[in-house]
Amino acid sequence: MNDILQELDSRRAQARLGGGQRRIDAQHARGKLTARERIELLLDEGSFEEFDMFVTHRCTDFGMEKQKIAGDGVVTGWGTINGRMVYVFSQDFTVFGGSLSETHARKICKIMDMAMQNGAPVIGINDSGGARIQEGVASLAGYAEVFQRNILASGVIPQISVIMGPCAGGAVYSPAMTDFIFMVKDTSYMFVTGPDVVKTVTNEQVTAEELGGAATHTKKSSVADGAFENDVEALSEIRRLVDFLPLNNREKPPVRPFFDDPERVEPSLDTLVPDNPNQPYDMKELILKVADEGDFYEIQEEFAKNIVTGFIRLEGRTVGVVANQPLVLAGCLDIDSSRKAARFVRFCDAFEIPILTFVDVPGFLPGTAQEYGGVIKHGAKLLFAYGEATVPKVTVITRKAYGGAYDVMASKHLRGDFNYAWPSAEIAVMGAKGAVEILYRSELNDPERIAERTKEYEERFANPFVAAERGFIDEVIMPHSTRRRVCRAFASLRNKSLKNPWKKHDNMPL
Amino acid sequence: MFQKILIANRGEIACRVIKTARKMGIGTVAVHSDADRGALHVQMADEAVHIGPPPASQSYIAIDNVMRAIRESGAQAVHPGYGFLSENPAFAEALAAEGVVFIGPPKAAIEAMGDKITSKKLAAEAGVSTVPGYMGLIGDAEEAVRISREIGYPVMIKASAGGGGKGMRIAWNDEEAREGFRSSKNEAASSFGDDRIFIEKFITQPRHIEIQVLCDAHGNGVYLGERECSIQRRNQKVIEEAPSPFLDEATRRAMGAQALALAQAVGYTSAGTVEFIVDGARNFYFLEMNTRLQVEHPVTELITGIDLVEQMIRIAAGEALPFAQEDIRLNGWAIESRLYAEDPCRNFLPSTGRLTRYRPPGEVAAGPLLDSGKWQGEAPAGEAAVRNDTGVCEGGEISMYYDPMIAKLCTWAPDRAQAIEAMRVALDSFEIEGIGHNLPFLSAVMDHPRFVSGEITTAFIAEEYPEGFSGVELPEAALRDIAAAAAAMHRVAEIRRARVSGRMDNHERRVGSDWVVTLQGARFPVRIDADPQGSTVTFEDNGTSRRVQSSWTPGQALARLEVNGRPLVLKVGKIPGGFRIRNRGADLKVHVRTPRQAELAELMPEKQPPDTSKLLLCPMPGVVLSLDVAEGEEVQEGQALCIVEAMKMENILRAERRGVVAKINAAPGDSLAVDDVIMEFE
Repeated sequence: MNDILQELDSRRAQARLGGGQRRIDAQHARGKLTARERIELLLDEGSFEEFDMFVTHRCTDFGMEKQKIAGDGVVTGWGTINGRMVYVFSQDFTVFGGSLSETHARKICKIMDMAMQNGAPVIGINDSGGARIQEGVASLAGYAEVFQRNILASGVIPQISVIMGPCAGGAVYSPAMTDFIFMVKDTSYMFVTGPDVVKTVTNEQVTAEELGGAATHTKKSSVADGAFENDVEALSEIRRLVDFLPLNNREKPPVRPFFDDPERVEPSLDTLVPDNPNQPYDMKELILKVADEGDFYEIQEEFAKNIVTGFIRLEGRTVGVVANQPLVLAGCLDIDSSRKAARFVRFCDAFEIPILTFVDVPGFLPGTAQEYGGVIKHGAKLLFAYGEATVPKVTVITRKAYGGAYDVMASKHLRGDFNYAWPSAEIAVMGAKGAVEILYRSELNDPERIAERTKEYEERFANPFVAAERGFIDEVIMPHSTRRRVCRAFASLRNKSLKNPWKKHDNMPL
Repeated sequence: MFQKILIANRGEIACRVIKTARKMGIGTVAVHSDADRGALHVQMADEAVHIGPPPASQSYIAIDNVMRAIRESGAQAVHPGYGFLSENPAFAEALAAEGVVFIGPPKAAIEAMGDKITSKKLAAEAGVSTVPGYMGLIGDAEEAVRISREIGYPVMIKASAGGGGKGMRIAWNDEEAREGFRSSKNEAASSFGDDRIFIEKFITQPRHIEIQVLCDAHGNGVYLGERECSIQRRNQKVIEEAPSPFLDEATRRAMGAQALALAQAVGYTSAGTVEFIVDGARNFYFLEMNTRLQVEHPVTELITGIDLVEQMIRIAAGEALPFAQEDIRLNGWAIESRLYAEDPCRNFLPSTGRLTRYRPPGEVAAGPLLDSGKWQGEAPAGEAAVRNDTGVCEGGEISMYYDPMIAKLCTWAPDRAQAIEAMRVALDSFEIEGIGHNLPFLSAVMDHPRFVSGEITTAFIAEEYPEGFSGVELPEAALRDIAAAAAAMHRVAEIRRARVSGRMDNHERRVGSDWVVTLQGARFPVRIDADPQGSTVTFEDNGTSRRVQSSWTPGQALARLEVNGRPLVLKVGKIPGGFRIRNRGADLKVHVRTPRQAELAELMPEKQPPDTSKLLLCPMPGVVLSLDVAEGEEVQEGQALCIVEAMKMENILRAERRGVVAKINAAPGDSLAVDDVIMEFE
């Protein structure tokens, strides 16, 4: 009997070594942790339960039958993050470069199926050279099996991808269909075709880092939602993110004990909006002062900075925040910011996370670049996302809410539950100057008259009361009481029940 | 007594005067520029009058505008504060012409003391010891050399109308005297339109010590001890204290007597300050007399229990001083730290912007000012006093138009060591965010052994921080205190995280008691034994333990703890996977990890910060005035590249090394933020 137990011990020890000590050392030398070390950091200490530790591939071509390593390049299982269940797979670069074989894919599919059945998020740690070439089409089939599950799981359980090494070719499309992608600076990259192919086909000289590094995907392509300095920091911040998210779409977002007074008054918010309407201010100050404990988990911080998206808690409960940022491009909506915010709003709606919107928007960015780029359809994505969302929606207009952008930004007309405005709000078709130039075109060469008209327009429309008179604004509130008002609004919406008409699915302007 | 006074000033000093006036039952009128519409002094005053656009030349020192405000408001008297119109004889005259009382000295005294040469002559005549020197006008460089030899080198060559170091040269020999005379004269002519020059003995080991005097219109005068103001940076006082750690009773008495003699010689009334320079052998020499309330007056109030503003108002109203010299007692020790919106890590460049957070430490009343009933405000009584004179509030703006001083933080305690300790804790508790400020530098000075010893001179900052200030490295004992505190706080935060809803029943996360704290390059494995009253944190490397007690909850930006019974106040922020902790001038990244997490974290490579050597970054928010080079141009080390204007100061940015300009990203007129890339080099 002892021998049998010994056998299990030694097999386990062998499996845990993955590709062997030499490859583990090489992984460390690159500044990367191993698949198992990453799982240790991601999950609560001692909570990991592994599946399929002894799975090996079945390939017999190219001498592969002589190279079999237990686990076949991916570690899978479940564990807890702060006591809440998650499923995890972590590709092992020390085994065949983390390449994806039929059995490797099958391991991933197994835990994805369980996650769907048991209602828990899937966190995928990607560190793989790509398809297992020796297996040919069997490997490609494996990818597709994973893709199909990504698609079906979308909107049912949160899916988070962490790119911690190479992720190239077809492999990128699994993370691409998950809810969030995070990368590690300097040690991870993602692209459909690598620098060598790029050079052959287009003659472009580009490094892997330039083509698909963390900076590229967080700042330029918006493929990634965030980037971290190293593996340790990344995994600790993923734990922080999971604390905000519900386990599945049948559950409410988590509630955490909080140490911040929901009635907290912030007198300094009364001076946040400058006297001069053309002077910018930092909308993040408002977000941080409204949030519990000033805790804000920003999503896509480096991309389309004219809109800010991320998670906060109010009274310990998760709330998604979307806010125009006057510091960048005056906070206008454009292609990038509309896409960024639309995707965020849809994530929140899919997982019952209430949405708080702070509005200071002068309109859509004009220009050929925007029109040729299809701002009409991209802008419509955000409009569509807000309009279809059935979660509690609270909106605060701090300053400008002009034109169509006013309608888009979670207005009353898009089933906003609470639409508040600060006294500094201006809800109008456009700014006074532009409006007067259209309304009084014939008087344009009389600057005195125009100044008078502008003043007239400002007095009539540069305030929240015209909208409040019509009930488009539920209440004009004092800036310093924003936290209290917003907390109470969401508290009153905890049992909100709203359903869209039955449909197979919508046809949003993708 | 007056029914209503106008305060012809702004900021903290206007607020300070309003407090006393209110206590005396006198109505107050504030004046303000466009930039100060919502300022604290405007909120505090009974009435406020707008006096013009933001630049001081068009508002606070525009005599006509201030006179109009006086007429409109019907104020009977004017307190000028310091700076602005406080030492302007024309203003005193304008007031007199309309029968409004100036809460300050007579115009003649202002004029007499306003000129360096006249004031020195008067002082010498009054028997005040003056720096050996030649006060007459000096014709040419050869005469300057002859006079310098008579006085004896080293000598200082100064512009008569000068100030702030302009037109000032030190000469150690004939050659330097000749050259110094020429350049001082040129600089004086261009800066002040007055090229009169004088020469005096250059004092070694100099300290700046000043005597506060109070004189009424009935011939009575007292001196209220001294203030030591040697901690200066480029002639700007940073830290002051009273009394001086250097003076003995005999010197103090001699200085006081001479200061009073001078005041009486010029018919002085009101509060005034006679500044002396004191050498290493306690020889003291008259420097100048300031005919106004000084910025640093609170330290005198704290050790004498006398409200100087109240006395100024009473004297102006014709009252006699209620005390004589023998009634004046100096009790305990007071220190003042001036908080400036200047970033010490960027060579004290001014910083402007919004105060997103401004939470000064709570005031505590103690000492003579409390005992005499003259403490301003509602502070609770305690052992050591904390007083904060300020003119701003959270959400306010530090604008480019005025003095960058944010607040004057003072502490009082029975002795110097305790006053310094109280200041350390008060500085640790002071929360300011949104702008750069010198809090870390002030903390560093409070912990500097030379400051603590009292062996200071006016060269303290230049000598001790020759390369500027680059932050603080904490000693090991302090690091261990912070490590223990951080471990205890982290444990509290982790326990809260483990109480999130949706947990798997019976399989909750157990938060452990073994941790590894890393900070400032050090690594401390610790064990936490927690009980309802606090935590005992044991260091595994040396077996010592620290008892940490605190009511800190996650998210609080200020952690008040006790470590082994001693107070420890930390500013706590978030960084990915850890805390940012600020204390005693240090700015630390602190990570608390389980032993396994720590082991894996050690495998992570240390990353070098991005190479900015090939970039010219904007060091401060400002406007580009001019670009002095073009793309493709080769530049030499030290060559001027561009000029950025911030807070009315033109800052010339120079090349750090030879190179070729590859790309220019800014144009004249552009507004830049800190670290914006102005140009790139090849």
